[in-house]
Amino acid sequence: MADTIKLEISRYSPETDAAPHFQSFEVPFRRDWVVLDALNYIKDKQDGSLTYRWSCRMGICGSCGMLVNGEPKLTCATFLADYAPASIRVEPLRNFPIVRDLVIAMNDFMRKFQKMKPWLIRKEEKPVSEGEYLQTPEQLDAYKQFSMCINCMLCYAACPVYGLDPLFAGPAAIALAQRYNLDSRDQGAKDRFPVLSQHDAIWGCTFVGECTRVCPKHVDPAGAIQQYKLTAALDWVKSVVMPWGGK
Amino acid sequence: MKSSVATPPYTLNHPRWYRKRVSTYWWLLRWEYLRFVLREISSVFVAWFVVLTIVQIYAVSRGPDAYAEFQDFLKNPFVLALNVISFFFVVFHSITWFNLSARAMAIRIGGKRVPGFLISGPNFAAWLVISALIAWLLLRE
Repeated sequence: MADTIKLEISRYSPETDAAPHFQSFEVPFRRDWVVLDALNYIKDKQDGSLTYRWSCRMGICGSCGMLVNGEPKLTCATFLADYAPASIRVEPLRNFPIVRDLVIAMNDFMRKFQKMKPWLIRKEEKPVSEGEYLQTPEQLDAYKQFSMCINCMLCYAACPVYGLDPLFAGPAAIALAQRYNLDSRDQGAKDRFPVLSQHDAIWGCTFVGECTRVCPKHVDPAGAIQQYKLTAALDWVKSVVMPWGGK
Repeated sequence: MKSSVATPPYTLNHPRWYRKRVSTYWWLLRWEYLRFVLREISSVFVAWFVVLTIVQIYAVSRGPDAYAEFQDFLKNPFVLALNVISFFFVVFHSITWFNLSARAMAIRIGGKRVPGFLISGPNFAAWLVISALIAWLLLRE
Protein backbone atom coordinates (compact mmCIF):
# COMPACT_ATOMS: atom_id res chain seq x y z
CA MET A 1 0.00 0.00 0.00
CA ALA A 2 1.20 3.51 -0.79
CA ASP A 3 2.75 5.41 2.09
CA THR A 4 1.10 8.70 1.19
CA ILE A 5 -2.42 9.75 0.23
CA LYS A 6 -3.58 12.78 -1.75
CA LEU A 7 -6.12 15.21 -0.32
CA GLU A 8 -7.86 17.76 -2.52
CA ILE A 9 -8.96 20.53 -0.23
CA SER A 10 -11.31 23.36 -1.03
CA ARG A 11 -9.62 26.69 -0.39
CA TYR A 12 -11.26 30.08 -0.25
CA SER A 13 -9.64 33.28 0.88
CA PRO A 14 -12.21 36.07 1.19
CA GLU A 15 -9.45 38.64 0.68
CA THR A 16 -8.15 37.35 -2.63
CA ASP A 17 -10.51 34.75 -4.15
CA ALA A 18 -13.72 35.26 -6.08
CA ALA A 19 -14.66 31.60 -5.63
CA PRO A 20 -13.31 28.50 -3.88
CA HIS A 21 -10.76 26.31 -5.67
CA PHE A 22 -9.11 22.98 -4.89
CA GLN A 23 -5.56 22.59 -3.65
CA SER A 24 -3.82 19.19 -3.46
CA PHE A 25 -1.74 17.98 -0.53
CA GLU A 26 0.20 14.73 -0.02
CA VAL A 27 0.07 13.46 3.53
CA PRO A 28 1.47 10.27 5.10
CA PHE A 29 -1.02 7.44 4.88
CA ARG A 30 -1.62 5.83 8.24
CA ARG A 31 -4.22 3.23 8.99
CA ASP A 32 -5.28 4.91 12.25
CA TRP A 33 -5.57 8.41 10.78
CA VAL A 34 -8.86 10.12 10.17
CA VAL A 35 -9.37 13.00 7.71
CA LEU A 36 -9.03 15.46 10.59
CA ASP A 37 -5.57 14.05 11.43
CA ALA A 38 -4.55 14.66 7.84
CA LEU A 39 -5.85 18.26 8.01
CA ASN A 40 -3.94 18.82 11.25
CA TYR A 41 -0.81 17.39 9.61
CA ILE A 42 -1.18 19.78 6.67
CA LYS A 43 -1.69 22.75 8.99
CA ASP A 44 1.33 21.79 11.14
CA LYS A 45 3.79 20.80 8.40
CA GLN A 46 2.70 22.12 5.01
CA ASP A 47 0.39 25.14 5.08
CA GLY A 48 -0.41 26.93 8.32
CA SER A 49 -3.03 29.06 6.60
CA LEU A 50 -5.43 26.14 6.11
CA THR A 51 -8.55 27.06 8.09
CA TYR A 52 -11.09 24.63 9.56
CA ARG A 53 -13.00 24.03 12.78
CA TRP A 54 -12.30 21.19 15.16
CA SER A 55 -12.09 20.52 18.84
CA CYS A 56 -12.70 17.20 20.58
CA ARG A 57 -11.60 14.60 17.97
CA MET A 58 -14.13 12.14 19.37
CA GLY A 59 -17.49 12.85 17.79
CA ILE A 60 -18.93 14.94 20.61
CA CYS A 61 -18.23 18.61 19.92
CA GLY A 62 -19.78 18.64 16.45
CA SER A 63 -17.23 21.12 15.08
CA CYS A 64 -15.43 19.17 12.37
CA GLY A 65 -18.30 18.47 9.97
CA MET A 66 -17.21 18.75 6.32
CA LEU A 67 -17.96 17.20 2.97
CA VAL A 68 -15.73 14.19 2.33
CA ASN A 69 -16.07 13.18 -1.30
CA GLY A 70 -19.35 15.13 -1.36
CA GLU A 71 -20.81 13.33 1.65
CA PRO A 72 -21.43 15.21 4.94
CA LYS A 73 -19.14 13.60 7.54
CA LEU A 74 -17.53 14.26 10.89
CA THR A 75 -13.91 14.33 9.77
CA CYS A 76 -12.81 12.98 13.18
CA ALA A 77 -14.71 9.77 12.46
CA THR A 78 -13.84 9.35 8.79
CA PHE A 79 -10.80 7.14 8.25
CA LEU A 80 -8.36 7.68 5.41
CA ALA A 81 -8.14 3.90 5.05
CA ASP A 82 -11.76 3.76 3.88
CA TYR A 83 -10.83 5.84 0.81
CA ALA A 84 -7.21 4.86 0.07
CA PRO A 85 -5.55 4.55 -2.33
CA ALA A 86 -7.87 7.01 -4.12
CA SER A 87 -7.52 10.70 -3.30
CA ILE A 88 -9.98 12.37 -0.93
CA ARG A 89 -11.90 15.57 -1.57
CA VAL A 90 -12.59 17.76 1.44
CA GLU A 91 -15.05 20.64 1.10
CA PRO A 92 -16.95 22.89 3.52
CA LEU A 93 -20.50 21.83 4.43
CA ARG A 94 -23.01 22.37 1.65
CA ASN A 95 -25.86 24.92 1.92
CA PHE A 96 -23.96 27.34 4.18
CA PRO A 97 -22.03 30.50 3.25
CA ILE A 98 -18.27 29.88 3.26
CA VAL A 99 -16.24 32.17 5.51
CA ARG A 100 -12.78 30.81 4.69
CA ASP A 101 -11.45 27.47 3.38
CA LEU A 102 -13.48 24.82 5.25
CA VAL A 103 -15.20 27.16 7.69
CA ILE A 104 -18.88 27.94 7.16
CA ALA A 105 -21.06 30.64 8.74
CA MET A 106 -23.50 29.10 11.19
CA ASN A 107 -25.42 32.24 12.21
CA ASP A 108 -28.58 31.14 10.42
CA PHE A 109 -28.46 27.74 12.10
CA MET A 110 -28.06 29.27 15.58
CA ARG A 111 -30.94 31.68 14.96
CA LYS A 112 -33.21 28.79 13.98
CA PHE A 113 -32.25 26.88 17.10
CA GLN A 114 -33.24 29.82 19.28
CA LYS A 115 -36.63 30.13 17.60
CA MET A 116 -37.54 26.63 18.79
CA LYS A 117 -37.33 27.67 22.47
CA PRO A 118 -35.03 24.77 23.32
CA TRP A 119 -35.35 24.87 27.08
CA LEU A 120 -37.77 23.50 29.67
CA ILE A 121 -40.85 25.72 29.70
CA ARG A 122 -42.98 25.53 32.85
CA LYS A 123 -46.34 27.17 33.44
CA GLU A 124 -45.12 27.83 36.93
CA GLU A 125 -41.59 27.23 38.11
CA LYS A 126 -41.47 25.41 41.39
CA PRO A 127 -39.11 26.83 43.99
CA VAL A 128 -35.64 25.35 44.16
CA SER A 129 -36.32 24.22 47.73
CA GLU A 130 -38.85 21.70 46.40
CA GLY A 131 -36.12 19.89 44.52
CA GLU A 132 -35.72 18.65 40.97
CA TYR A 133 -38.38 17.72 38.42
CA LEU A 134 -38.26 13.96 38.61
CA GLN A 135 -38.43 11.66 35.60
CA THR A 136 -38.70 7.89 35.16
CA PRO A 137 -36.35 5.97 32.82
CA GLU A 138 -39.34 5.46 30.47
CA GLN A 139 -40.01 9.20 30.37
CA LEU A 140 -36.34 9.82 29.64
CA ASP A 141 -36.45 7.23 26.88
CA ALA A 142 -39.29 9.08 25.15
CA TYR A 143 -36.99 11.94 24.06
CA LYS A 144 -33.47 10.66 24.69
CA GLN A 145 -32.75 9.87 21.04
CA PHE A 146 -33.47 13.48 20.02
CA SER A 147 -31.26 14.80 22.81
CA MET A 148 -28.18 13.10 21.34
CA CYS A 149 -27.75 15.86 18.72
CA ILE A 150 -24.30 17.50 18.77
CA ASN A 151 -25.24 20.41 16.44
CA CYS A 152 -22.73 19.31 13.80
CA MET A 153 -25.00 20.56 10.97
CA LEU A 154 -24.37 17.52 8.76
CA CYS A 155 -28.16 17.19 8.41
CA TYR A 156 -28.41 20.75 7.05
CA ALA A 157 -25.68 19.97 4.52
CA ALA A 158 -27.58 16.85 3.44
CA CYS A 159 -31.00 18.50 3.21
CA PRO A 160 -31.92 19.67 -0.31
CA VAL A 161 -34.94 21.55 1.09
CA TYR A 162 -32.66 23.74 3.22
CA GLY A 163 -30.41 24.30 0.20
CA LEU A 164 -33.33 25.46 -1.93
CA ASP A 165 -35.22 27.35 0.77
CA PRO A 166 -32.96 29.03 3.34
CA LEU A 167 -36.03 29.94 5.42
CA PHE A 168 -36.64 26.25 6.20
CA ALA A 169 -36.10 25.64 9.92
CA GLY A 170 -34.15 22.46 9.13
CA PRO A 171 -33.80 18.97 10.59
CA ALA A 172 -31.79 19.52 13.79
CA ALA A 173 -33.84 22.51 14.98
CA ILE A 174 -37.13 20.62 14.60
CA ALA A 175 -35.69 17.51 16.26
CA LEU A 176 -34.55 19.73 19.11
CA ALA A 177 -38.06 21.18 19.50
CA GLN A 178 -39.39 17.61 19.59
CA ARG A 179 -36.76 16.74 22.21
CA TYR A 180 -38.37 19.31 24.54
CA ASN A 181 -41.97 18.60 23.49
CA LEU A 182 -41.56 14.96 24.46
CA ASP A 183 -39.83 15.74 27.76
CA SER A 184 -42.20 14.99 30.65
CA ARG A 185 -40.84 17.99 32.58
CA ASP A 186 -41.69 20.42 29.78
CA GLN A 187 -45.03 22.21 29.39
CA GLY A 188 -44.14 24.36 26.39
CA ALA A 189 -45.51 22.29 23.48
CA LYS A 190 -48.23 24.91 22.90
CA ASP A 191 -45.63 27.69 22.77
CA ARG A 192 -43.63 25.79 20.15
CA PHE A 193 -46.64 24.82 18.07
CA PRO A 194 -46.95 28.14 16.16
CA VAL A 195 -43.23 28.01 15.30
CA LEU A 196 -43.28 24.36 14.24
CA SER A 197 -46.56 24.12 12.37
CA GLN A 198 -45.42 26.41 9.57
CA HIS A 199 -44.63 26.00 5.93
CA ASP A 200 -41.02 26.90 6.65
CA ALA A 201 -40.89 24.39 9.52
CA ILE A 202 -42.43 20.89 9.50
CA TRP A 203 -44.57 21.33 6.38
CA GLY A 204 -41.55 22.40 4.35
CA CYS A 205 -40.03 18.95 4.86
CA THR A 206 -40.65 16.57 1.97
CA PHE A 207 -39.17 13.56 3.82
CA VAL A 208 -36.06 13.11 1.71
CA GLY A 209 -34.65 11.31 4.74
CA GLU A 210 -31.02 12.27 4.01
CA CYS A 211 -30.71 14.08 7.36
CA THR A 212 -31.27 10.81 9.20
CA ARG A 213 -28.90 8.90 6.95
CA VAL A 214 -25.95 11.26 7.54
CA CYS A 215 -26.59 11.85 11.27
CA PRO A 216 -23.54 10.56 13.18
CA LYS A 217 -25.51 10.30 16.45
CA HIS A 218 -28.57 8.42 15.09
CA VAL A 219 -30.92 11.21 16.12
CA ASP A 220 -33.34 10.55 13.21
CA PRO A 221 -34.44 14.15 12.59
CA ALA A 222 -36.60 13.01 9.63
CA GLY A 223 -38.52 10.77 12.01
CA ALA A 224 -38.93 13.65 14.48
CA ILE A 225 -40.40 15.88 11.76
CA GLN A 226 -42.85 13.25 10.46
CA GLN A 227 -43.93 12.43 14.01
CA TYR A 228 -44.62 16.10 14.64
CA LYS A 229 -46.58 16.32 11.36
CA LEU A 230 -48.81 13.57 12.75
CA THR A 231 -49.20 15.48 16.04
CA ALA A 232 -50.03 18.72 14.21
CA ALA A 233 -52.49 16.99 11.86
CA LEU A 234 -54.28 15.28 14.76
CA ASP A 235 -54.39 18.63 16.55
CA TRP A 236 -56.05 20.17 13.50
CA VAL A 237 -58.59 17.31 13.27
CA LYS A 238 -59.40 17.78 16.95
CA SER A 239 -59.93 21.50 16.47
CA VAL A 240 -62.36 20.80 13.58
CA VAL A 241 -64.26 17.98 15.30
CA MET A 242 -64.36 19.66 18.67
CA PRO A 243 -64.08 23.41 18.12
CA TRP A 244 -65.32 23.98 21.67
CA GLY A 245 -62.66 21.66 23.15
CA GLY A 246 -60.07 23.34 25.35
CA LYS A 247 -56.80 23.33 23.45
CA MET B 1 -28.89 52.28 28.85
CA LYS B 2 -26.10 50.98 26.76
CA SER B 3 -25.96 47.23 26.34
CA SER B 4 -22.85 45.64 27.73
CA VAL B 5 -22.90 43.01 24.96
CA ALA B 6 -20.68 44.11 22.10
CA THR B 7 -22.26 44.16 18.66
CA PRO B 8 -20.54 41.56 16.51
CA PRO B 9 -18.28 43.18 13.91
CA TYR B 10 -20.05 41.36 11.09
CA THR B 11 -23.49 41.26 9.55
CA LEU B 12 -25.56 38.37 8.28
CA ASN B 13 -24.94 39.45 4.70
CA HIS B 14 -21.21 39.57 4.96
CA PRO B 15 -19.98 40.63 1.51
CA ARG B 16 -17.00 38.30 1.67
CA TRP B 17 -18.86 35.12 2.48
CA TYR B 18 -18.99 32.89 -0.53
CA ARG B 19 -22.47 31.62 -1.32
CA LYS B 20 -22.86 28.81 -3.77
CA ARG B 21 -26.09 28.59 -5.73
CA VAL B 22 -27.86 25.25 -5.69
CA SER B 23 -27.70 23.73 -9.16
CA THR B 24 -30.98 23.24 -11.01
CA TYR B 25 -29.87 19.64 -11.46
CA TRP B 26 -29.14 19.02 -7.76
CA TRP B 27 -31.41 15.96 -7.86
CA LEU B 28 -29.22 14.30 -10.48
CA LEU B 29 -26.01 14.69 -8.49
CA ARG B 30 -26.65 12.00 -5.89
CA TRP B 31 -28.49 8.68 -6.16
CA GLU B 32 -30.27 9.34 -2.84
CA TYR B 33 -31.69 12.61 -4.19
CA LEU B 34 -32.72 10.98 -7.46
CA ARG B 35 -34.45 8.19 -5.57
CA PHE B 36 -36.35 10.81 -3.56
CA VAL B 37 -37.42 12.69 -6.70
CA LEU B 38 -38.55 9.41 -8.32
CA ARG B 39 -40.56 8.64 -5.19
CA GLU B 40 -42.24 12.05 -5.41
CA ILE B 41 -42.90 11.69 -9.16
CA SER B 42 -44.46 8.27 -8.52
CA SER B 43 -47.52 10.06 -7.14
CA VAL B 44 -48.33 11.23 -10.69
CA PHE B 45 -48.53 7.59 -11.80
CA VAL B 46 -50.61 6.71 -8.76
CA ALA B 47 -53.01 9.48 -9.80
CA TRP B 48 -53.05 8.07 -13.36
CA PHE B 49 -54.08 4.63 -12.04
CA VAL B 50 -56.81 6.24 -9.95
CA VAL B 51 -58.19 8.06 -13.01
CA LEU B 52 -57.93 4.87 -15.08
CA THR B 53 -59.86 2.90 -12.44
CA ILE B 54 -62.61 5.51 -12.29
CA VAL B 55 -62.91 5.46 -16.10
CA GLN B 56 -62.98 1.65 -15.99
CA ILE B 57 -65.81 1.59 -13.44
CA TYR B 58 -67.68 4.17 -15.52
CA ALA B 59 -67.23 1.96 -18.64
CA VAL B 60 -68.52 -1.10 -16.77
CA SER B 61 -71.59 0.85 -15.67
CA ARG B 62 -72.37 1.78 -19.29
CA GLY B 63 -72.57 -1.84 -20.48
CA PRO B 64 -70.55 -4.44 -22.45
CA ASP B 65 -70.03 -2.28 -25.58
CA ALA B 66 -68.56 0.59 -23.63
CA TYR B 67 -66.34 -1.84 -21.70
CA ALA B 68 -65.09 -3.47 -24.92
CA GLU B 69 -64.24 0.00 -26.19
CA PHE B 70 -62.33 0.68 -22.96
CA GLN B 71 -60.43 -2.59 -23.38
CA ASP B 72 -59.46 -1.58 -26.93
CA PHE B 73 -58.13 1.67 -25.48
CA LEU B 74 -56.02 -0.36 -23.02
CA LYS B 75 -54.58 -2.44 -25.90
CA ASN B 76 -53.15 0.67 -27.55
CA PRO B 77 -49.33 0.21 -27.40
CA PHE B 78 -48.79 3.68 -25.92
CA VAL B 79 -51.34 3.08 -23.17
CA LEU B 80 -49.85 -0.35 -22.56
CA ALA B 81 -46.35 1.10 -22.26
CA LEU B 82 -47.60 3.86 -19.96
CA ASN B 83 -49.35 1.33 -17.76
CA VAL B 84 -46.27 -0.88 -17.51
CA ILE B 85 -44.20 2.13 -16.43
CA SER B 86 -46.98 3.22 -14.08
CA PHE B 87 -47.13 -0.23 -12.53
CA PHE B 88 -43.44 -0.12 -11.58
CA PHE B 89 -43.79 3.41 -10.18
CA VAL B 90 -46.84 2.41 -8.13
CA VAL B 91 -44.96 -0.59 -6.70
CA PHE B 92 -41.97 1.69 -5.95
CA HIS B 93 -44.35 4.22 -4.35
CA SER B 94 -45.98 1.59 -2.13
CA ILE B 95 -42.73 0.00 -0.99
CA THR B 96 -41.00 3.30 -0.21
CA TRP B 97 -43.97 4.75 1.68
CA PHE B 98 -44.69 1.59 3.64
CA ASN B 99 -41.04 1.49 4.68
CA LEU B 100 -41.25 5.14 5.78
CA SER B 101 -44.44 4.62 7.79
CA ALA B 102 -42.42 3.12 10.63
CA ARG B 103 -40.38 6.31 10.91
CA ALA B 104 -43.40 8.60 11.00
CA MET B 105 -45.19 6.61 13.69
CA ALA B 106 -43.51 6.30 17.06
CA ILE B 107 -45.87 4.01 18.94
CA ARG B 108 -44.96 3.13 22.49
CA ILE B 109 -46.32 0.15 24.33
CA GLY B 110 -45.29 -0.36 27.95
CA GLY B 111 -42.70 2.41 27.69
CA LYS B 112 -40.90 0.70 24.77
CA ARG B 113 -41.04 1.84 21.19
CA VAL B 114 -42.69 -0.68 18.87
CA PRO B 115 -40.04 -1.88 16.37
CA GLY B 116 -40.37 -0.58 12.81
CA PHE B 117 -41.12 -3.90 11.14
CA LEU B 118 -44.24 -4.27 13.29
CA ILE B 119 -45.56 -1.01 11.80
CA SER B 120 -44.54 -1.43 8.16
CA GLY B 121 -45.15 -5.22 8.26
CA PRO B 122 -48.96 -5.04 8.59
CA ASN B 123 -49.02 -2.49 5.74
CA PHE B 124 -47.21 -4.96 3.47
CA ALA B 125 -49.38 -7.84 4.69
CA ALA B 126 -52.60 -5.89 4.02
CA TRP B 127 -51.26 -4.96 0.56
CA LEU B 128 -50.57 -8.62 -0.28
CA VAL B 129 -53.90 -9.89 1.09
CA ILE B 130 -55.97 -7.23 -0.69
CA SER B 131 -54.02 -7.75 -3.95
CA ALA B 132 -54.55 -11.53 -3.70
CA LEU B 133 -58.24 -11.01 -3.02
CA ILE B 134 -58.65 -8.75 -6.06
CA ALA B 135 -56.64 -11.17 -8.22
CA TRP B 136 -58.90 -14.02 -7.08
CA LEU B 137 -62.04 -12.00 -7.86
CA LEU B 138 -60.80 -11.09 -11.34
CA LEU B 139 -59.18 -14.36 -12.38
CA ARG B 140 -61.69 -16.96 -11.14
CA GLU B 141 -63.59 -18.70 -13.86
